[in-house]
Formats: sequence, structure tokens, C-alpha cells
Amino acid sequence: MSLDLVVLAILMGAVTYPSRAIPLLVPGIDRLPGPILAYLRLVGPAVLAALVAANVLVVTKPGGGPGLHVGIESVGVLVAIGIVVWRRNLLLGIAAAAFIVAVTRAVGLA
Amino acid sequence: MRGDIAPLSERPEPGGPILSEPGGRTSPAPLTGATPAGTPPPADRDAVRASRRRVATEAAGTAVAAAAFGVVYGLAARGAGFSPVEASAMSVIVFAGASQFAAVGFVAQGLPWPAIVLLTFLINARHVLYAAALAPWLHRRRRLDRAAMAHVLTDESFALSLGHFKRIGHSDATGYWLGAAAIFIPWQTATLIGYFGGEAIPSPRALGLDVVFAATMACLAVAVVTGRRELVAAIAGAAIAVAVALATSTAVGIVVGGIVGPLMALLVPHRPTDPPDAAPPSPGGHDEAIGVAP
Repeated sequence: MSLDLVVLAILMGAVTYPSRAIPLLVPGIDRLPGPILAYLRLVGPAVLAALVAANVLVVTKPGGGPGLHVGIESVGVLVAIGIVVWRRNLLLGIAAAAFIVAVTRAVGLA
Repeated sequence: MRGDIAPLSERPEPGGPILSEPGGRTSPAPLTGATPAGTPPPADRDAVRASRRRVATEAAGTAVAAAAFGVVYGLAARGAGFSPVEASAMSVIVFAGASQFAAVGFVAQGLPWPAIVLLTFLINARHVLYAAALAPWLHRRRRLDRAAMAHVLTDESFALSLGHFKRIGHSDATGYWLGAAAIFIPWQTATLIGYFGGEAIPSPRALGLDVVFAATMACLAVAVVTGRRELVAAIAGAAIAVAVALATSTAVGIVVGGIVGPLMALLVPHRPTDPPDAAPPSPGGHDEAIGVAP
């Protein structure tokens, strides 16, 4: 059984772990100036929204480059958000998003 | 168990009356008043437990997504010539889905390892933002604990734990590990299931499961939008991410959106009714102080 790619996994882990750990381990994070703490407090909403938007709206085109895609996935995500805001129910929102996307694809509309 | 999402700031919380805290957080009234004997205030214990239950419910959605894509990853890894040990090692050591999928493709294409490692670094650079945002909440924990927490810091565990910390007004290691385990265990298990039996499982895309990740993260983002500035940060972050991703790559777009979005939000004039958002998490409510750490 080959184990060569375990070394690659270790190298990949070696460049991934610092990005996760350094901000958590650097001393003095509690003594940062107020504006920086205010900034950090806003990073969560911004990066999560960025992740969702890029995930749903940007696809890889057949040629290889990024392309804009507004499809049923966007509708599914918006429905999920609407359900969460309206009913405060995460699982219902996720289930609705998956259902809408699956049905739309099954009937050939997406 | 009901599938309730994290409350917005105005929503009542079980466990006692709610006080608004700096930064738009909410917490039970006695939160900052750890009793002299160090006994956890009962109302805070109740609130922490209620929030943990909510984490568990929210984590169910992320676990489904992790399992679905873990299966696909395992299947793809086998197709690219990985051995089961190699496929699992990558899931355990790297534990970052997007870069693992990319690595499988790169290996299959014969890309040199240095290029794969560099691209992995770029794809996973967004974790810096997650860690920086969680650092003010976790800075009182032991360094070893934080080092261990860092390894399981993913998109999902970040969103789950940030919402949890905001609900209870302080950090909670049990809640953090609960959310992390809900991703780590399904991902590892599904990697092997996909490797050995993935061909028998229907395509996640056919079941609409490919949208579960985005839908889950969007719903969790709603939970951390507790004020005007957070809303502006989210909208700006999303718009900037798409624009930059179209010009460069998705990974770069996410990082730039996460960096620039908060700057745009800070330009929003502060109204007297807005909560002061520069205050640190409640120091008196740290989980070690109230005795709810594992």
C-alpha cells in the first residue's frame, strides 16, 4: 500500500495549521486597541457571507476560468435564509434549500 | 429536538432575563457575576446548556454536508490513485475540504508537490480570519487548548462557535468541541465510506446536497449578524468576494471579502442606539471561571 502521499498531506497540513493557529496563539490579543477589536468582531459576518456568495455565485467555466452563475442554488440559499429569519429553524431552512434544488434539477429546470 | 437557529439580539433566551452586552451580544443577567465561591450562576449554566443544544442542532446540518462531501472526496481520492491510508491521512492532517478536493485533482493531473502545497496555503488562508475573529474570545484558554482547537477550525466550526459564544457572551470549550466534532467525525468516517463504497451512493448533486454547505453557512451567518455594522460587513464582504473571485479565484475572493468587508462596515456612522462594538468579550464569564469547561 502506497504511503507517499502521506508526506504530501503532512506538507499541506504544515502550511494550513499556521493560518489557523497563529492568531489564536499570538500573545496580547486581549490588549489590542478598540478599533482593531471592533474590526475583528465584524470579520465573522463578512467572511461567512463572502464564503457563501463565492460558493454559490462563482463557478469554474469549462475553459477553466471563474464565471458568474446565478442559478437555483442561489434561490435555495435565499429560501434557507428566509426560513431562518422567519421561523428561526436551521434544519428546516437547509432541507428546503436542498429540496428546491433537487426537485428543480430532477424536472430539468436547472 | 427543535432545529432553532441562533437568536437575533432581540430574541428571548431560555435561562433567564437577557441583558444586551457590548457588541450586540446577549447573555443572561448574572453572566458577569460569577459567584464568589466560583459556583456557576444557575441562569448562566442554563443558558450555556441551551446554547449547546442549539449548537448540536445546527451541527446536524453541517454534519450532513460534511458526510456527503466526505464520501465524494473518498471516492475521488481513490480515483486519483490514493491508498486508503493516504486519503485518510489527508482528511486527518489537513482537514480542509476545499484544499483536499483540489489536491486530489492536482495529484491526478501530476502537478508538482511544491505547487500543490502553495495552492493549499492560498486556499486555506481564510482560516487566518477565522482564528483572528475567535482569538479575543479564546485568549484566556491554555495555550495547549488553543493549539488543539486550531487544528479543527473550519468554516463550519467557526460559524457554530462564534454564534454560540455570542449567545452566551463568553467562550465555551465544550460548545466549541461539540461543533468541531460534528464536522471532524463525519468527515473522517465518510472519507473511508466513500473510498470503499462511494460508487454505490447516489450523487450528492442529484439529491441537492451540494447546496447544503452554502445554505448552512448562510444560515449560520444570519446568526452572527446582530447589528447594522455586521449586516453591512456581510453584504460588503459578499459583494467584494464575488467581484474579486471573478477577477482572480474563489479563494482570493473570500479572503479579500473577509478583509475589506469589515472595513466598509466601520465606515457606517455609529448611532447612539447601536451597541458599542469595540468591547471585548465578557471577561468575567469565561468558561473556566464559571466551571463549565470539560
